[in-house]
Parts: sequence; C-alpha cells; structure tokens
Amino acid sequence: MSNVPSELKYTATHEWVRKEADGTCFVGITEHAQELLGDMVFVELPEVEDEVAAGDDVAVCESVKAASDIYSPISGVIVAVNEDLEGTPEQVNNDPFGDGWIFQIKPSEPEELDDLLSAEDYANTLDED
Amino acid sequence: MTAPSNRSLSSLEQKDVFVRRHIGPSEQEIAAMLTDTGASSLDDLIEQTVPAAIRLPQPLATGESRTEQEVLAYLKSVAAKNTVAKSYIGMGYYPTLVPNVILRNILENPGWYTAYTPYQPEIAQGRLESLLNFQQLSMDLTGMDLASASLLDEATAAAEAMALAKRVSKNKKANLFYVADTVHPQTIDVLQTRAEAFGFEVEVGPATVLSDESIAGKDIFGALFQYPTSEGDIVDIRDQIKAVQDAKGVACVAADIMALMLLKSPGELGADVVLGSAQRFGVPMGYGGPHAAFFATRDKYKRALPGRIIGVSKDTNGKTALRMAMQTREQHIRREKANSNICTAQVLLANMAAFYAVYHGPEGLKTIAQRINRYTDILAAGLSKKGITPVNGHWFDTLTLAVDNKDEIVSRAQAAGINLRLDLDGKLGVSLHEVVTRSDIAQLWDVLLGEGHALEIDNIDAELTAADASSIPAELQRETAVLEHPVFNSYHSETEMLRYIKRLENKDLALNHSMISLGSCTMKLNATAEMIPVTWPEFGELHPFCPAEQATGYKTMIDQLSDWLVDITGYDAICMQPNSGAQGEYAGLLAIQKYHESRGEGHRNVCLIPASAHGTNPASAQMVSMKVVVVACDKQGNVDMDDLRAKAEELADSLSCIMITYPSTHGVYEDTIQEICDVVHQHGGQVYLDGANMNAQVGVTSPGFIGADVSHLNLHKTFCIPHGGGGPGMGPIGVKKHLAPFVAGHTQFDLGNENGAVSAAPFGSASILPISWVYIALMGGIGLKKATEVAILNANYLVAKLKGHFPILYTGQNDRVAHECIIDMRPLKEATGITEMDVAKRLIDYGFHAPTMSFPVAGTLMVEPTESESKVELDRFIEAMLSIRNEISKVEQGDWTLEDNPLVHAPHTQYDVIEADWQHSYDRKTAVYPVSAVAANKFWPSVNRIDDVYGDRNLFCACVPMSEYE
Repeated sequence: MSNVPSELKYTATHEWVRKEADGTCFVGITEHAQELLGDMVFVELPEVEDEVAAGDDVAVCESVKAASDIYSPISGVIVAVNEDLEGTPEQVNNDPFGDGWIFQIKPSEPEELDDLLSAEDYANTLDED
Repeated sequence: MTAPSNRSLSSLEQKDVFVRRHIGPSEQEIAAMLTDTGASSLDDLIEQTVPAAIRLPQPLATGESRTEQEVLAYLKSVAAKNTVAKSYIGMGYYPTLVPNVILRNILENPGWYTAYTPYQPEIAQGRLESLLNFQQLSMDLTGMDLASASLLDEATAAAEAMALAKRVSKNKKANLFYVADTVHPQTIDVLQTRAEAFGFEVEVGPATVLSDESIAGKDIFGALFQYPTSEGDIVDIRDQIKAVQDAKGVACVAADIMALMLLKSPGELGADVVLGSAQRFGVPMGYGGPHAAFFATRDKYKRALPGRIIGVSKDTNGKTALRMAMQTREQHIRREKANSNICTAQVLLANMAAFYAVYHGPEGLKTIAQRINRYTDILAAGLSKKGITPVNGHWFDTLTLAVDNKDEIVSRAQAAGINLRLDLDGKLGVSLHEVVTRSDIAQLWDVLLGEGHALEIDNIDAELTAADASSIPAELQRETAVLEHPVFNSYHSETEMLRYIKRLENKDLALNHSMISLGSCTMKLNATAEMIPVTWPEFGELHPFCPAEQATGYKTMIDQLSDWLVDITGYDAICMQPNSGAQGEYAGLLAIQKYHESRGEGHRNVCLIPASAHGTNPASAQMVSMKVVVVACDKQGNVDMDDLRAKAEELADSLSCIMITYPSTHGVYEDTIQEICDVVHQHGGQVYLDGANMNAQVGVTSPGFIGADVSHLNLHKTFCIPHGGGGPGMGPIGVKKHLAPFVAGHTQFDLGNENGAVSAAPFGSASILPISWVYIALMGGIGLKKATEVAILNANYLVAKLKGHFPILYTGQNDRVAHECIIDMRPLKEATGITEMDVAKRLIDYGFHAPTMSFPVAGTLMVEPTESESKVELDRFIEAMLSIRNEISKVEQGDWTLEDNPLVHAPHTQYDVIEADWQHSYDRKTAVYPVSAVAANKFWPSVNRIDDVYGDRNLFCACVPMSEYE
C-alpha cells in the first residue's frame, strides 16, 4: 500500500497539492503514480509565469516505457519549477512528496482547493483499482 | 503413391513448386497440425475461424502459380522496357557507385535485410552500431549536436522539420512556415500538403527577402532553405537564418550530403535543423527509393525529434551497449501526442550509406566530392568559353543554364541517351555526380554546344589548376574536419571492410537464423527470387523524374501489381506513393478529408479509434487535424458495439471516419466488423481499415468486401518486402471508387490528379515494388489463399500446444485465433514476479527473437508465426516456451529465488559462461544450452540485458571509443 500523507490534497489523476503559508501551492505526483510509471528518465516542466487552468496538462513525466501528462490540479500562475529534475528525474521516484515536487503555482481561484480529494478519499480510489 | 511413369506432364512441371517452398509446413505436417488443432481440413479450419458473412464467395482472379524461372524471365522482359539513360537531372537524386562489397554483403545479404526493427537490442548490436555510425556521419556533415536514424526521404524529412519547428518555436501564435523558392519542387509539394493538413500556412518566396526588415516582422514559426539551392547555387544564408531566429522561428536547412564534404556545415551557419537525403552515398536512385533521409538538430530540441534515435547505454555487466533511445517521443507510446506518426524507418539504406562512409573514409569522400566539383568546373569553364555562362555564380555539382535553343539541346540530349533537368522555364539544369567520367563531360559539351566545339578537358583542367579559383565561395568552404572517429578510418581494404560487415552481422539475429514471431509484423519468408530484381540496373538506375517513356517497364510492373492488389483488397484503385504504413494512413485520411470537403462536409473531423489500435492510427489522425475519440473494447477484446453506436450517433454531425484494424490487433476476427462499417457509414463517416493484419485476409476475405472505404497495405509485411532491420517499407493505399479522385498527386509526374504529394517520389520506394510483384506472380491466387490459411493454421497450432500452459488472452468464434495470438504473462508475473520481459530475453538463450512485447496489451507477448515457418520450427518454439514455463515453475516452487534464476539473468553471453567463478544457483548448461535443440544452432547475444533507464538518463547518441566494444 502506497504512502498517502494526510496533510496533502489529491486529484483522481494522482497529483498531490501542498499549500504553503504564503498561499502558493507545490504540486507533484503521488508515490502510487511514480510506482505505476517506473524509473523516471525525464520530466518536462512548465514555464514559469505560464497561466494555467485547473485540468490543463502542464508537465509530462516520462519513464523508459511510458509518458504521462501531469494536470494542474488548480488554476493559477506557475511561480517556480523544480529545475533539479532536469538532471535528476529520479527524485520523483525517490522522494515523490518532497524533492520530487514538479512545480509551484499561485492559485487564482483558491476555492478550487476545496474540490480536491482528501488523503482518505484518494486512498480509497487506490483501493478500488 | 503414383508410379512416376503415370504422372502427367503438368504435374511434373511443378508450376506450384514455389508455393510449397514459401509455405513452411509440408502437406503431411499440415495434416498432423490440423489434427492437433481439431480441424478436419484447412477449409474446415477457415470455416471455424472466419465469420461466414465475410468469406469471399469467389477465388482471387490473380492467376496461376508460376515457377521462379518463368516469373523472373518475364519480369526481366518487363524491366528491359525501361531505358537507363545517363541522368544529370539532380533535384536530390544522383547516380552513385554502390561499392560491390556493400552491394553483395549488405543489400543482397539476408543477414542484413531480413532482420527486424531493433526492439530487442541484445540481438541487434550490429545494425545498431552501424546506425550509430549513420548518426555520427549526419552530425559531422551537418555540424549539429544530434542526429536520428532515419527518416523516409528528403521531402518528408522537411515536413517533419516543419512540424518540429511548430512544436519548439517560442513564437506560439505564429502559423506561417516560410519556404525559400530555391527548395526542390517535390519538397515544396510535400510541405504544402502536410501544412494544409496541419492547418499551417506555407509561403514560398525568395530566400533573400527574409533578411529584409519587411519580412523580419513576419509572424513565422520557421523557415526552410536549400543548401546548395535546387538550381545549384551556393548562397551564404547566415543572415536569413538569423532573421528567422530573431523572429523566434526555427531555421531549417535541406542540404546535399556530398556537397557538405566541401561546404561549411549548416550548423556553422547557425541552422537549427538540418536534413537531407543520404541517397548519393551508395544507394541506387531506384526510380525514387528507398533511400534514407538524415535529420539533425540541436541538443535542446532532442525531445522534439521525430522517429528513431540510437543511444548508447550499458548492459547489466556495465559493458557498452546500444539501443533505441527516448522511445516515449514516438507513436507507439505517445499516440496522438507523439512527435510524428513515423514508425518504419530506412534502416537498410541508412546502413548502406553509413558503410559507404566507412568504406571511403573522410579522405576518400572528399576526393569523390572534389572530383565531382572539378568536373563541374571543367564543364562550366568549357561552356563559358562558348558563351554559355551558368546562371548560378557558384556551384558544387549543378549548373543552371539559360539557353535560347532549349528544344534543340533537348533533342540532342535525347539522341545521346542523356537526361537533363527540364522543368525550369527557358533554362536547363545539369547535375554531375560520382559516376561521371571524362567522356561524359565531352559528351555533355557535344549535347549542349553541338559538335565541333574543340574543347579539351586536359587544357581546361590545367587552366583551372593554374588559376587556383574555386566555384565554392571562400567563406563557405569547409574548414572543420569530419569523420575523425576511427570507424571511418580503419576499414579501407576490402578484406577489412568485408570482415567489419560480417562482424556486425554476426551480432544480429535475422530470419536466416530462426523464426521472428513478431505479432502484427508478419516476418514471413523474403524469398531470394523476390529480391533478385531489386538490384537489376533496369530498376535501380532510373531517376524518379525521368521522362515517362523511359519508365514503361516500371509502369507495366506497377500497373500489374495495382491490378492484383485491387483484386486482393476488393477496392477500386491503388495509390502507390506512400512509402511506409504510417504514411499510408496519413494519405488515406487525407483522401477521406478531401472527399468530405468535396461534398461540402469539410467540417467532419472526428476520428473514432478503438482502444486497441496501433499507435500510428491516432498519430496519423493528429497529422490531419482530426480529433481522436477512443472507442472502448469489451472484455473479449472486441470493439464495444454499444459504445461505438453511442459515439457515432452523438458525433454524427462531425464524424469523419473510424480507423480499425482487421483482424483486430488482438488477433481475432470480430464478427461485428460489417456492422461496425454500417454504423459508421450511417452516420456519415468513412471506414479506414488498417491493413497491418492483411496476412489474415488475402484470398479469404478483403477490406473492400467487408465494407471499408480505404486501407493501406504494408507491402513489407504481407507482401514479402523484407523489414531491412527496421525499413524500408511501402504503404500503398487501396480506395473505393468514390475516394479515388482524392489520393496523392505529384508536382513532377502526372498521376491524373492535381492533389498534393505525400512523399518525395511519385511511386514512393518504387524499386522494392518488384519484390511484391514477384511474390504475387509466383504464388498465384490459389497459393496466396493457401498462405493465409496456413498462417491461420500455424497460429492456431501454437495455441493448441501452448494453451494448457499459458493463458491465451483473446479468441474469436469457436475459440479460434486469427494469424496471431496473445500469450498472457500477467498471471505468472503476479504469482512469481517473472515478467514478460524476462521471458522475452530468455527466448534469446533458446535462439529465438522475442514475440511482440506488451502490445496491444501490457504484460503480454503477441506471437505471429506466419505461414513460412515449418512445423519443425514451430515445435522448437513450443519446446522453448514449455521449457521456460517449467523454469518459471521452479521459481514459483522456490527451487530458484526470484533474484537468481536463468530468466532474470537472461540473456546469457559466451563471456558469462567462461567466467571461472560461476555464482548462480543454476548451472552453465541450463544458462546457455537449456534444451538440446539449441546446441545445433546456438546464437550468442553479444551483450547482456541492456539498461534502458541509464541510457535515457544519460543520453549519448554518437560513436563511442573503439575500446568500448572490446
């Protein structure tokens, strides 16, 4: 059973969201998602200052055999991307909820956060798989 | 048995002898296999397997089977109707001297031409090394960071460059691609077709305008230049390239590979993408193909590259090993989001070009290029003395001449058996090449000036040598070294060259070693008789734009082949232009789109695609701006009819077509196929039936009979063109009458319509069409049908023997499979941890190439034996699979751990078993001679299992130091 930290919010498409004190959010993919994809060889990052809507595909995680779009869980402006992943994409495998974060976004509609899945609800979707 | 004296003459003539040689199992073996399969006869098996409603009521009209001698003698007489003129047409196609050591040991060698695409890299290190040489050659000559291996032709490579430019340009709102009017006309034709499909605009205009301020403000995402120009001039395009880049566009350059030996590389001029044809590096013109196109770009655009790239990685012992890199960019994984729909490449031809460079080396190539340039200088100097000064001020090999007596010159040229470039208004083009000799120059003077010109080659050569002038601008002469890697400097004696070719060949498993049961790829016999005409000069030495009357042999052959394919497919017309299956898909979808437009329904843009489809289908739909809507499959793997009906109805106003494979990619004859066609037609859509599985249809059913409107035929699957280790292919399309007006046309050849071209040459890779022609001629209608029946028998025989040991994933009526079957490895993986990958690699130890892995269902193996494999070979494969099953049981029972067993360590190399310290819980014999049959024909992989992850994380796509291979 994958680790699903209780303090994060989730999407059905396996992204996680961590809200910071300054109102911005970090986004990455869950431990379960990186297990499904396998050893990461490349992460295509969005551009800083891109405006995105909830559900837009903004990044791509690639393993040797699969490529998976990463959707922005919420609307907003990209304020930072994890440039470390350009050299060490395996951080997504090794530390999906920490150093494996993909981008940081400043929400334009913070209430969208309320629509995301709780850890418990997300864990339940995994059980159904 | 009948006494010999009582046999009739016609039975003694053995007209059907080839059918018996093409089909693997003998009559006795067929009888035994039918018994094992539970069928009383082949007819009974077909009745059990193929739905009655789609079985053809009448036999093929394709004639009787004939002997090899008869067929080749007849085809020789057809070929003799072609006229091999001296070609000075240029335009990207040049006579070349194929080194004989390459001709015989690569092009005519089944060790090279019958190999499959290197998806199992452990048994493909030879051609992967050669393809890496091709990439190094491309990088050196273009001056770019990274190159691929390979694209289909120069024109489609240019179209791929345009698509790449759109993907990477920072000018996201731009929709215009600028094309210099100095680009070859067939390239412009293909670009315009492709741009229209993508919804891009193309503007063709002078290259110089781009540096003007008025143009620098244009909203472009890229531009294409030709270097040297189509008419031979050598222009410094640095300012134009910069202007494109200042506008945030991507600067693409189509370059001549031979000229690049002497010219400053486009990379040094600032280009972002450089592409071109490698044909004149030792690959015959072949009336248009096949040849490899090279494609090189900057490191920062590597993930936007179309097609296959070979990369360096390591095996489990840390040894350097090669494999295809970054496959996630490609259609089989990325589907409609792939960089391109390209699948089949031109491996055999890329390898020929790479070996040509290995054979000649940098000095040899430079000498050839300088000789061509010197002949051109001499020709030009002579003409200038007589008052004809070339229009182009500089040149490498091509002179454009403004003449007021064009007709007179052309008639002298015709009389002399010479082809000049004629499509330029009031001008003539003369392009020289490697094959030109002194007497050719003298003859060209006679033709261009009339006799009595009194020009002497030696005198002019002396004048030129003394003058020390160059026809190449000083600022564009190459100063950087090329091909410094030892591989291009080590094999210049024929003995060394022969052994280098053989050394690489030995690393690769091809059909001349054992069965390659690739599901969906139809690796059947490529008979020697079928291959022989490919290297006849009457087919090999024609320029694709030669006058039509010089190619009447080709026309006869192509017309006959078309007639046969019309009969076989049940369509009304064939378009021979697409030179791969994926390109056929694109061409077929274009025809569908134009048909809708002709009826005022151009808004129809939804393409329904079953979830099980080949990745090329959605990737091709994306190229014609169609919206892909996926149709679900049910638990039996068939199209979910309820979902199809619902989607077709809901999308009826915008439905363009469905793309469906038959038999399905799951290897099943779905009995709903006609209903599927009806549903789509009822809602205004067309049916594109992917012909990848045509080998299960020929003579038994047909796409036209089923009710489809258009299909491509992979002639390199069903119709015996060899895979070449990953290309060439041919993907002609068959269409019903209503689509016939909308198939591809060509700017340089009257194909009876005004439509745009999809590939550089009017008939694609025309010189390999004789392979399919010979196959059909030899087999005849009855033989072709029998081939299909035995292909189905072979697959069902495998199922009968394997189903008690492995689950077979999908079956159709009466539990039958079509011509292939899916072995489901997932339950065993669940139970033991042994994966489909372990089984695939373990098969190498048993001397087999793995079946298709994880397509169309992840965690499975798809096996397509084809009709050409005998019962003996099938039984050997069955023995291997059962032995592997037994090995898995030992893991399951704990005799071996999951960490140490012969499966997870497969494949085993010779080096593994000579190591003094053997550390495994199984013995050496189990590792490399697991069953006795292996000993008779052992294949040693040259590397252990390759680490794909390391290679993709540490991308390196150039030649490695020689010591790495030791």
